[in-house]
Amino acid sequence: MPKLKIEDLEKITEDYKRKMTLRDGGGKVKINVHLGTCGIAAGARKIISTFMDEMEKSKVTDVILITSGCAGLCSREPMATIEVLGNAPIKYVDLTPEKAKIIFEKHVLNGEFVQEYALSVGSEKIQ
Amino acid sequence: MKQYTINLMVCAGTGCVSNQSFEIKEALEKEILKHNLQNEAQVVTTGCNGFCGAGPIVVVHPEGIFYQFLKVSDIPYLVEEHLLKGRPVKKFMYVPPKEEIPIPRMNQIPFFSGQTLVALRNRGMIDPEFIEDYIARGGYRALAKVLTTMSPDEVLNEIKKSGLRGRGGGGFPTGVKWETCKKIQSDRKFVICNADEGDPGAFMDRSIIEGDPHSVIEGMIIGAYAIENIKEGYIYVRMEYPLAIKRFNIAVQQAKDNGLLGNNIFDTNFSFDIQVRRGAGAFVCGESTALMASIEGNPGEPRAKYVHTVERGLYDCPTCLNNVETWANVPQIILKGADWFTSIGTGDVSIDPWGGSKGTKVFSLAGKVNNTGLVEVPMGITLREIVFHVGGGIRDGKKFKAVQTGGPSGGFIPESLIDLPVDYDELTKIGSMMGSGGMVVVDENNCIVDMAKFFLRFTQDESCGKCIPCREGTKRMYDILERITNGEGKEEDLDLLDELSNMVVESSLCALGGSAPNPVITSLKYFRDEYIAHVKDKKCPAHICRPLLTFTIDEKICLDAGHGCGVCKKNCPDDAIIGERKKAHKIDPVKCGKCGVCFDVCNFNAIKID
Repeated sequence: MPKLKIEDLEKITEDYKRKMTLRDGGGKVKINVHLGTCGIAAGARKIISTFMDEMEKSKVTDVILITSGCAGLCSREPMATIEVLGNAPIKYVDLTPEKAKIIFEKHVLNGEFVQEYALSVGSEKIQ
Repeated sequence: MKQYTINLMVCAGTGCVSNQSFEIKEALEKEILKHNLQNEAQVVTTGCNGFCGAGPIVVVHPEGIFYQFLKVSDIPYLVEEHLLKGRPVKKFMYVPPKEEIPIPRMNQIPFFSGQTLVALRNRGMIDPEFIEDYIARGGYRALAKVLTTMSPDEVLNEIKKSGLRGRGGGGFPTGVKWETCKKIQSDRKFVICNADEGDPGAFMDRSIIEGDPHSVIEGMIIGAYAIENIKEGYIYVRMEYPLAIKRFNIAVQQAKDNGLLGNNIFDTNFSFDIQVRRGAGAFVCGESTALMASIEGNPGEPRAKYVHTVERGLYDCPTCLNNVETWANVPQIILKGADWFTSIGTGDVSIDPWGGSKGTKVFSLAGKVNNTGLVEVPMGITLREIVFHVGGGIRDGKKFKAVQTGGPSGGFIPESLIDLPVDYDELTKIGSMMGSGGMVVVDENNCIVDMAKFFLRFTQDESCGKCIPCREGTKRMYDILERITNGEGKEEDLDLLDELSNMVVESSLCALGGSAPNPVITSLKYFRDEYIAHVKDKKCPAHICRPLLTFTIDEKICLDAGHGCGVCKKNCPDDAIIGERKKAHKIDPVKCGKCGVCFDVCNFNAIKID
């Protein structure tokens, strides 16, 4: 095994950054795919895989993908909520892998939200 | 590298491993495969999480959902609900004592949110068997920094300025120790990591090693660089810590493979190597001179220290020995600076290195407290905060009696003193000590005389026998305590105990004898009433010392509530219970062996203990 050089420390850190961001629960953008029974039936798994592939391809390190239960609007599943740190979360409805790709490209990577697929801005109030 | 969206951190510290965390890991992997989630979810084993009382523990990231008391049979449901359907499972979450609503996230649980992590900063976040995980969280940066940008003197000064004091118990300023060792001329010098943690109820060092072994290794390399002329280091790990030994061996091998140990580290002129030694299995080997004797292959016996080990230690060469936690603090001080370190803690160390206690301290919280486990808190926090906030208060709503700090060498601290800030000097002032950081919480149902006897029994067993005060003195003290708890104590015994304690402290060869009487001294000082009750009234207020108890049956309850059911009579091994069915029963005090079986079996609380 070759000896580590000081530059290698940074390289390893960069390679592992996404893993560590994941464990820290940090990250600039949070993608939340709703995985209720309705979501699963409507194909939310495919949406998750799409987001994962896109994350892989774009090599982003500060995006985390989480899943949650039914968001309540079962007829418009699959749904995902995307939250860029410091901005209001946006809910997207009736997703397909193609739409997910566009949303990832525009919203997650570039911060412009995709009005035509969006349902609403903001989240319900939790009492 | 493969990227996952979910990391399941399975605690693999000794506590959780003995609660089947490896089986849980297997079950998780099996279920993940079953649901075809292997590309999304990764199962990671980590070191001790600290919340050992709630083990086995799994934390699911990125949300940081904390699951406790898991069983293998819970896993299919957990994977299906949380990973497949995205619904965290409430019934496996932590619920605070006396409350009903669970707290889902780890960082919202008071046990975790009340802590400040320095030595344990990587706990639960990395897999201790992967050097890359350590590097990815800033590991070996401090080493790179000292080797490329700092002179050995600058490193030493930074440590001196930080006011770091030995975490193994004595609280000797680390910088002063390093400096003394540095000044002595010798061709061969050593650094040693003392991982022979032996106090009953203490597991701080074990947890650091099991969770983050590289931080200790990095600290040692930096120490060797600062002291200069050191090519060899030893890690002496307690024999009873097989997992810690394994993780150290893996970590040392990884460091060697990556050129972080060995010749010309980071292509500089600096070379250093470490060997791991398994301990000899005796408590006294945690004492520095006994430890060095043991590494040399000699019997683990201490020697008088008129010549300190920094001058003549291992193989008669200058040796700098520090505890696991002390070494683990070093890389952080180098990276973040001495000023950052001194901003945490008490006192002022800028002129006098003994002037305060800086940084954090890891304590193992055990005994009658709700949240048992490992906590790292800033120096100067009060005992009340540790016990009642982080520890979640006393179990079953019982009344707090005392905290025993510093293990068998420490002392009992009564309720009147629990608002005192915890640091080296305050604890010493009241007759206890920081020790390595054991903290046993005692409630009203513990007998203080019995506890003192327990700790003395331990030190008496572990006394190596080389010097008479420790070997014979602790034995006689133990005999007296035995007499008192058997109801044969006299009032003069208390004075005799006082006198013997002082003699043992004053004249023992090493710190084992020098501190062994501390539990007796402090309990006599703060809980003399309880001793008096034992010797004068022949009563044990906590109902622990059986020979001092009298069992009676409340005849009214026995008859009215139990209708003379006779269960006690049937179960009494001494045939000491008299009475016919449907009539009140009685205990014959002469025959009664005070075993307490009647108390346990009576369904009507008719048995009274006094």
